Amino acid sequence: MTKTVTDVICPFCGTLCDDLEVVVSDDGKELYEVYNACAIGAEKFLHSQAKDRITRPRMRQEDGSWKEISYDEAIEYTARMLTDAKKPLMYGWSSTNCEAQAVGSEIGEAVGAVMDNTATVCHGTSLIAVQDIGIPSCTLGEIKNRADRILFWGCNPAHAHPRHMSRYSIFPRGFFTGKGHTGRKVIVVDPRPTDTASLADIHLQVEQGRDYELLDALRVAFKGEKLPDVVAGIPKAKIYEAAETLKSGRFAIIFFGMGVTQSLGKNHNIDEAIAVTRDLNEYTKAAIMPMRGHYNVTGSGQVWGWLFGFPYAVDLSRGFARYNPGETTSNDLLRRDEVDAVFVLGSDPGAHFPFSSVKKIYNRPSVAIDPHETPTTEVCKVHVPVAFVGVEIGGCAYRMDNVPIETRKVVEPPEGMMTDEEFLKRVLGRVKEIQGV
Amino acid sequence: MAIRVNLITGRTIQQGVSMEAGKEKPAYTAACGIIELDPADFKKLGAYRNTNVRVTSSYGSVVVKAVDATQGPHPGVAYIPMGPWANMVVNPNTYSTGMPTFKGTPVEVEVAKTEPVLGSLELVRKGCRGELA
Repeated sequence: MTKTVTDVICPFCGTLCDDLEVVVSDDGKELYEVYNACAIGAEKFLHSQAKDRITRPRMRQEDGSWKEISYDEAIEYTARMLTDAKKPLMYGWSSTNCEAQAVGSEIGEAVGAVMDNTATVCHGTSLIAVQDIGIPSCTLGEIKNRADRILFWGCNPAHAHPRHMSRYSIFPRGFFTGKGHTGRKVIVVDPRPTDTASLADIHLQVEQGRDYELLDALRVAFKGEKLPDVVAGIPKAKIYEAAETLKSGRFAIIFFGMGVTQSLGKNHNIDEAIAVTRDLNEYTKAAIMPMRGHYNVTGSGQVWGWLFGFPYAVDLSRGFARYNPGETTSNDLLRRDEVDAVFVLGSDPGAHFPFSSVKKIYNRPSVAIDPHETPTTEVCKVHVPVAFVGVEIGGCAYRMDNVPIETRKVVEPPEGMMTDEEFLKRVLGRVKEIQGV
Repeated sequence: MAIRVNLITGRTIQQGVSMEAGKEKPAYTAACGIIELDPADFKKLGAYRNTNVRVTSSYGSVVVKAVDATQGPHPGVAYIPMGPWANMVVNPNTYSTGMPTFKGTPVEVEVAKTEPVLGSLELVRKGCRGELA
């Protein structure tokens, strides 16, 4: 017989859907079906049941093969590596719960590590911009119930946040948005006519990397000032039309993604997008929100925010928290050979960092804590498999609008498998023993 | 004959699904070891769809399979889903922001029919050991 667990939280993207239903065996040891999730979320739950899943830590041998080791040995290696290093990098933290992030921060403080999360290759530049000029934002609930002008800038939720549009932004009927999508106008800015753009009333196919100019042009258009005939590949009539559409709404929301944070201009693009939002507030209510990728990258920013005062790229090597993007950020540190050990948890830099950085991880003592086998585990010296957070263990996660949501455990992890938090607590204990404190 | 295009990267739903199903699996290579080219660029390249091509930038080189743009047209712009293949060629410079320049790398694409598209683990392993062509 089976039972159905309702109101399950999906631990994939920052949308953190909270209406999944998961069918598990009566003893809670096997997971059979996932309902309401998007294709990616469903796959994440189902993959926890993979028969070929790695369930014990392994260490890379001289000849390149793997040798199975015990959790105790993995803890010893990790604690030794971190205490021996002058300046270890502790990277990742976005695919785990806030409880584990807090324990990890304690280790980082004890060993003088640089703590960095996936924002460093995602919305790090947005965080810089927020520190520059602030951010007028809101919750996804407000958007569902109030927003009637939706602008997606350099993001493609149809692929990256598949249920975002149906739950919050385009289709839902809310308190003041009873007509659903027919009452909303959607604008998409993207250099490709994406699947999200196919749902838009206006698609501005901006020339790649010219977002700053187009954002600036919108501010000019709001004021009714003159524009050149073409800006960033968009004819001025279309820019005026988009500006009018935004101004005529009751509540406008700008969602932005990697198209602006990773293109040249970077934090300055976001500065300008926030300035657009500020200007728009002269005419109507407007807010702006980053489309956060990992389900708990926002949470790691929150945890470090309250522990250290900075949301990412926190350098603890001098005994106090320093933050200087461009200097204390993972890719800069790796490429400049400024860290001498690498600890990765809840992320896959092997797949998602430029290769010049990956190579540096390979050349250093390194540990990867990850339920999956990934390019990161392939280049690290020790791989420690752990339980899936949000599937096999609960814990707190923050949605992209900074709302904390408690994820749920739905199925038992394979026998004898540790969770992130348990592993980190043991490492912290061992680090303290080694340091004699 | 080689063509020059502007490379961008990002998520696709196939990338997300195959990533969660296991990056060591062939499905991940099928989803991310590709370059999406506009029909106009295919014509310039003089290649059939689903041909292996070598993509080269100032920062590196990688072999991927050339496929039709799924979200086009976007002449002059090419798309490799985020992953180790794209990261072989993207511009790693952060210009003091911490963020590598994942979008907007000028690349050259040429037909490489006989060269294989490597799996993600093999690609990274060989790259680290300096065994890539």
